[in-house]
Amino acid sequence: MNVAPGGNLEARAQEARAALDAHVREMIAWHFSPDTGSPFWLDYARKLPFDPREKIQSYDGLKHLGHFEDEWLRGGPVRRWLPKGLEGEPLYVFETGGSTGLPKTRLNIQDFRIDYSQFSETLSDETFPKGSDWLMLGPSGPRRLRLAIEHLAQVRGGLAFHVDLDPRWVNKMIKAGKHQDLEDYKEHVVDQGLKILRGHDNVKCLFTTPKLLEALCEKISLAKAGITGIFCGGTEMNAQFHRFAREELVPGVDFVPTYGNTLMGLACSKPFDPETKDYTITYYPPHPRAVFKLVDPDDPERVVEYGETGRVMLTTLTKDFFMPRFLERDEGERTEPIDLYPWDGVSNLRLFTRFEESVVVGVY
Amino acid sequence: MLHIPLLRAGKTYRSLSTSVLGHLSTGEPVAEISQANSGLIARDLAEIARARRELESLTTRELVEISKKAGTLFAEADLPLGDSTQSADDYVLQTSVTTGLPQSMVRANMAKARFVLEEMETVLGGLTRGLDLDILDQGFGEQGGRMVSYRRETDALGAVLPSNSPGVHSLWLPAIPLKTALALRPGSREPWTPFRLAQAFIAAGCPESAFHYYPSDHAGAGQILLRTGRSMLYGDRATVDPWRSDPAVQIHGPGWSKVVFGNDAAGTWSDHLELMVASVADNGGRSCINASGVWTPANGRAIADAIAREFAEIEALPLDHPEARLAAFPSRKAAESLSSVIDSQLARSGAEDMTARYRSGSRVTEVEGCWFLLPTVVYCEDPEHPLASAEYLFPFASVVEVPQNEILDKMGPSLVVTGLTEDAEFRRDLLTSTHVERLNLAPMPTSKVAWDQPHEGNLFEHLYRQRSYQGVA
Repeated sequence: MNVAPGGNLEARAQEARAALDAHVREMIAWHFSPDTGSPFWLDYARKLPFDPREKIQSYDGLKHLGHFEDEWLRGGPVRRWLPKGLEGEPLYVFETGGSTGLPKTRLNIQDFRIDYSQFSETLSDETFPKGSDWLMLGPSGPRRLRLAIEHLAQVRGGLAFHVDLDPRWVNKMIKAGKHQDLEDYKEHVVDQGLKILRGHDNVKCLFTTPKLLEALCEKISLAKAGITGIFCGGTEMNAQFHRFAREELVPGVDFVPTYGNTLMGLACSKPFDPETKDYTITYYPPHPRAVFKLVDPDDPERVVEYGETGRVMLTTLTKDFFMPRFLERDEGERTEPIDLYPWDGVSNLRLFTRFEESVVVGVY
Repeated sequence: MLHIPLLRAGKTYRSLSTSVLGHLSTGEPVAEISQANSGLIARDLAEIARARRELESLTTRELVEISKKAGTLFAEADLPLGDSTQSADDYVLQTSVTTGLPQSMVRANMAKARFVLEEMETVLGGLTRGLDLDILDQGFGEQGGRMVSYRRETDALGAVLPSNSPGVHSLWLPAIPLKTALALRPGSREPWTPFRLAQAFIAAGCPESAFHYYPSDHAGAGQILLRTGRSMLYGDRATVDPWRSDPAVQIHGPGWSKVVFGNDAAGTWSDHLELMVASVADNGGRSCINASGVWTPANGRAIADAIAREFAEIEALPLDHPEARLAAFPSRKAAESLSSVIDSQLARSGAEDMTARYRSGSRVTEVEGCWFLLPTVVYCEDPEHPLASAEYLFPFASVVEVPQNEILDKMGPSLVVTGLTEDAEFRRDLLTSTHVERLNLAPMPTSKVAWDQPHEGNLFEHLYRQRSYQGVA
């Protein structure tokens, strides 16, 4: 986020755009150079009738690479994604949830730390106090979240307690119609979280998912338990849940909705304005490391107008991972830049309507 | 646009999550419906004992009187609907254009709900088998010279409801005089009836806290089933199967109701042709008490042919036509895909569409932008044929020819059976069959309901448990 707040929004949006184009050139140079690029992208470049380093000079130039296909991430060899420039670094492998089939796999070296260090700067020191500890109650396992939340706690001078929830098991129970087993499992997870909250007074910050937050709040008042800030993410997040959380579940506790995924990183939400009480959730990607475009589902080359519904096209541009123009499983409304994030965002993110029947989401 | 809110203990709540319900023929939006998030449902239901206590502040007889008033109000009054009011005519029109049920049938179903409300004392008598209602207030009392006592099993009855026909709502209405609060999840295309019934009760003087109305997704429906001590669930086999082993959930799945002939009556089948047609086609064939099968030891092909001739007379008419007998499907796609399923099953040997020869065109037809399936009767030589046990949401039946002594073994579970026989042994077999939920041993359509009898499970037995009580009467 290299565009400082203040000044004319339009000028700053242009500045952000220029920064993005410069970042694209840097990333193209990195991923397509034999000295630093990954086997996958170097091999890909060999089949192109042009040299991406010459042809692609801006974000718009990424169209010459077509659309990233998620099938490329299903199965190995996973090291074909390792940029030569990062060889020798400790490697992490993260997986997506598997809601659209076989889980997608990606390598991660430093992205999750950068994302969460940047995100930390957006949190209030009053409600997410430095030096306080965190409870992370949600999916860890092969996902990025455990390490990411742990890093966030560490960056803020605390440590993170963890309780795992396995969403793939939850998914299986839903498909099998095992409703009571699902409730029992949720209770098992929540009980562990409650023990941590009761046993450790310094836990003031919480990461959890909407469903687990609801379940926790059935048992205790999080405010009385000493929680002052909640960072919450998951596919169930929408304006209604946001309002329900602020009005009924955790009134008086700072509630920060976020959207993250393994392929992108972490998107911040537009800060809630208690004056307007607009609960619409609008996410802004970690520009220029990631970019959302809202495109016409029938013509992904057309970016929709502001306020219009489009399918999310995600581009990830980091040294760890290059993913140009991936058509996500999500849709939403294209939203204008704001002072804090002078680039396009997305409102009311939800499952892409045409996938609704084939994907199980919102399991945790 | 008209907005239908949630009811949280009777108080309206406008959700930020909404769905838009469209007109069946024009596609134009009819109403925007607030959707409850599952956490909101769970949070409310954790407090529902309060609603039950408010209901308990009234006697059963007072609640019966309230029910009577509610019946009149439901059928006649302007009642609140979101920020607006809804007249009885509005209700009929709105229900018709979103469910596809002809207006005449909506009115008939409205009359059914009115009857149940106005005759609540008779209905409770049927459910409790004549229990002195004061015993429910006191918890115990003498009946027939014996001490009896009943304990309510839950604070609230959850109901996950269908869209097919407003008549089903008659089944949960006795919960109020039985002092049980309600958590209702309406069918996605039929939000109207449960909301209007709740408003009628409230206008009649029932504590508003008894009514929780939660249009929601499957997760919300699951919360209702998990968090009410007793519930009823409507749905197809895939929906209800996961809940079958839960005794707190009363299942209302496919009915597979049937007309069954004995050897003695199969020869005079033509005397019962009208009964068979009514059993299959009443209420647009949409109820689980509609017959989906006619099982006979003889003359199956002749019976199917005669029904087919009668069915050919039933034409698709506009929803506002007073003679309309068919209900429209939600979309052309829904009608065509069901018709394709039937055709693919007919491609298997052993079954024949007897109506095809009397139809001039396709089974699928369109009238004024609405899509219908024309009544269909299939003759099945083989009781194992998939169409022999099929049930669809339009007038559809299979005539299955099986020896009398094999019928009860092969016909499978049946919500209603009309048994046409004077054979004492066969009548006894029907009476003792565990496959048969409701039994008519008389020439009457399966669709005829006796309200002084338990129906589709006994709500009183679902909500109350008889127990031993010793003490001062």
